[in-house]
Amino acid sequence: TLAERSNLAGVRHILLVLSGKGGVGKSTLSTELALALQNAGKKVGILDVDLCGPSIPRMLRVQDSAVHQCDSGWVPVFAGQDKAIALMSIGFLLERPDEAVVWRGPKKNALIKQFVTDVAWGDLDFLIVDTPPGTSDEHISTVEALRPYQLLGAILVTTPQ
Amino acid sequence: SSSSGDEALRDKRARILSRGLPKQKPIEGVKQVVVVASGKGGVGKSTTAVNIALALAANDSTKEVGLLDADIYGPSIPKMMNLKGNPELTPKNLMRPLKNYGIACMSMGFLIEETAPVVWRGLMVMSAVEKLLRQVDWGELDYLVIDMPPGTGDVQLSVSQNIPIAGAVIVSTPQDVALLDAHKGAEMFRKVHVPVLGLVQNMSVFQCPKCKHETHIFGADGVRDLAKTLGLDILGDVPLHVNIRETCDSGQPVVISQPQSDA
Repeated sequence: TLAERSNLAGVRHILLVLSGKGGVGKSTLSTELALALQNAGKKVGILDVDLCGPSIPRMLRVQDSAVHQCDSGWVPVFAGQDKAIALMSIGFLLERPDEAVVWRGPKKNALIKQFVTDVAWGDLDFLIVDTPPGTSDEHISTVEALRPYQLLGAILVTTPQ
Repeated sequence: SSSSGDEALRDKRARILSRGLPKQKPIEGVKQVVVVASGKGGVGKSTTAVNIALALAANDSTKEVGLLDADIYGPSIPKMMNLKGNPELTPKNLMRPLKNYGIACMSMGFLIEETAPVVWRGLMVMSAVEKLLRQVDWGELDYLVIDMPPGTGDVQLSVSQNIPIAGAVIVSTPQDVALLDAHKGAEMFRKVHVPVLGLVQNMSVFQCPKCKHETHIFGADGVRDLAKTLGLDILGDVPLHVNIRETCDSGQPVVISQPQSDA
């Protein structure tokens, strides 16, 4: 649809951050990478598709923010020192930050599709996608939803263990 | 009158919704099931599960202990227990668990190549978990320790809806983002009516091997504070020690190889 095409039309590159293993630093790296790119003068957004354990809002100190609507869909939360990093995470949609999201695959897939097509990202040089551990529903759905756009590639994070 | 009408409506709704859910049935021969979970990845669930299983067996040599690796995507148990190979089938077509250090183990890792990824959606994962629970010849076990994957999704739901669980142990590091996820893990077990036995604070402190100076790399006492908030016990406090990681990577878990150490 026209709306789907327009919400990601202004995004120049999409970067997936993956690992397989949990706890190796995907969210930490995604956040630092976004900040580094911003320092280099780029427009950056972060899409946090870790639905069970969203860490990015807390890392950027915006865990108490709310998401608003506009005509093209959801407005991302702007984080970082200059409030210039566009961020979307399930963390903003929960009633309490410690509320548990205990969902099966199909429900997760539906929300990820919405995060990809219904968020008004605007013009971004880079959209960094932080994923949960594993190689499951979230990963399959994210890649499928992003396939029509210019998926730049994926970065793999690991520890030496 | 209207409130009893509301209650009747709620009961009817609950009955209709539960018709699609699997019926909870204990695994034949298994007395008690303990799950080790966290919510957060990489905090030491598998390490803790392996050492709990070994400690249970070491504390009482008359008890039979089993270890199930329910982490379909990233099975760590085979490496940690130094086990490899495809399970044999019994005449009744059940998989025979692989044994080491006296513990009967089953894992997705025995059914696939070490480096093969499992890129499956929830439904396939559910059926794999069912097979790992019920199509294994566990024999008579006093304890079955189940190592869960990170998160609060399909696997956790499938396991808790399929079998009665005696209790859950939640592992976390003291770091804020880990505690957030551990809290969600605890709430998940509350939602599915599984008793939480307590929390384990892992990677609590690092002691320099040279000068013995202690650093709380992931923060100090975060798990103790969370335990207080949730009204749970701290079951253990484990330091970040190179021995624990080394012995796990080499398949000789620290409880077996260095029973006298601080870890």
